[in-house]
Amino acid sequence: MIEGVHISLSAEKILDVFGFPLTNTLLTSFLVVISLMVGAYVLGRKIKAIPAGIQNAAEFVIDGLLGFMTTIAGDRKTAEKFFPIVATIFIFVLFANWAGIIPGVGSIGFYEDGKTFVPFFRSVNSDLNMTLALALIAVTLSHFFGVAGLGAFKHAGKFFNFKNPIGFFVGILEFVSEFAKIISFSFRLFGNVFAGEVLLVIITFLVPVIAPVPFYGLEIFVGFIQALIFAVLTMMFLVVATKHH
Amino acid sequence: MESLDMKSLAAAIAIAVGALGPGLGIGLLAAKAMEAIGRNPEAAPKIQTAMILAIAFAEAIAIYALVVALIIKFV
Repeated sequence: MIEGVHISLSAEKILDVFGFPLTNTLLTSFLVVISLMVGAYVLGRKIKAIPAGIQNAAEFVIDGLLGFMTTIAGDRKTAEKFFPIVATIFIFVLFANWAGIIPGVGSIGFYEDGKTFVPFFRSVNSDLNMTLALALIAVTLSHFFGVAGLGAFKHAGKFFNFKNPIGFFVGILEFVSEFAKIISFSFRLFGNVFAGEVLLVIITFLVPVIAPVPFYGLEIFVGFIQALIFAVLTMMFLVVATKHH
Repeated sequence: MESLDMKSLAAAIAIAVGALGPGLGIGLLAAKAMEAIGRNPEAAPKIQTAMILAIAFAEAIAIYALVVALIIKFV
């Protein structure tokens, strides 16, 4: 019975563009980025000092996010310094997650070789390449800001400490945990989104009507929470990297 | 029964054992958070945000187990 369910762990290739494979997750992420860019342009075109309508709503969201990030970073100045990158990650991951549960994403597609089903669109973060890229950006940026804030020698001194044996081993542990960070960062987001996709597919397969509705609600919530966690962790890495020990 | 293969069994054990720890962790977290809310109801929104964040961290461990189970089952 369960054989009717088709689940692919990796993103499916739709077509080749000059030898590069164009996958369905890449296509969906392009659409998310383009719609966010258009939305930002339309919103930013006529900003008024006294906000009204949709500008009011956007300012409310951004201000709430900045307030929340201030509690994470400790003070307003640090929060404002890292806010652009953290908010960008948050908004992109949030809309990428929500785009994955739009009806038609994952269900409209074509049959390759007449047997395997290939959807045109697929939830962006259910591709490990995407989450790995985001994790690499976050961790690399934390090192960049660490070097910029403390200086290259002081920043490297966190990982390579030859003053005493205990410090040396702590440094080694810190060094290994930088790689663990990347792995846990990427797998957390990938796992949550991919598990959500599989959950929806299986529930829809077992009980096609009404039963999937609460799970869609759950996925909206999980998508928001995961985006928030990704942003909060990025903020924490950035703050910790620029601090003295 | 005759259709049960080792792959399905391995996937089932992976998720069953992997869900134990996070289940305990989430239970402890929620219990402590509710205790805190009971002591100080005014701080409920702050405690709730922190609780949901911490629960999501604990849940991520179960998600790792789920990913492993899915990989065993479908790859």
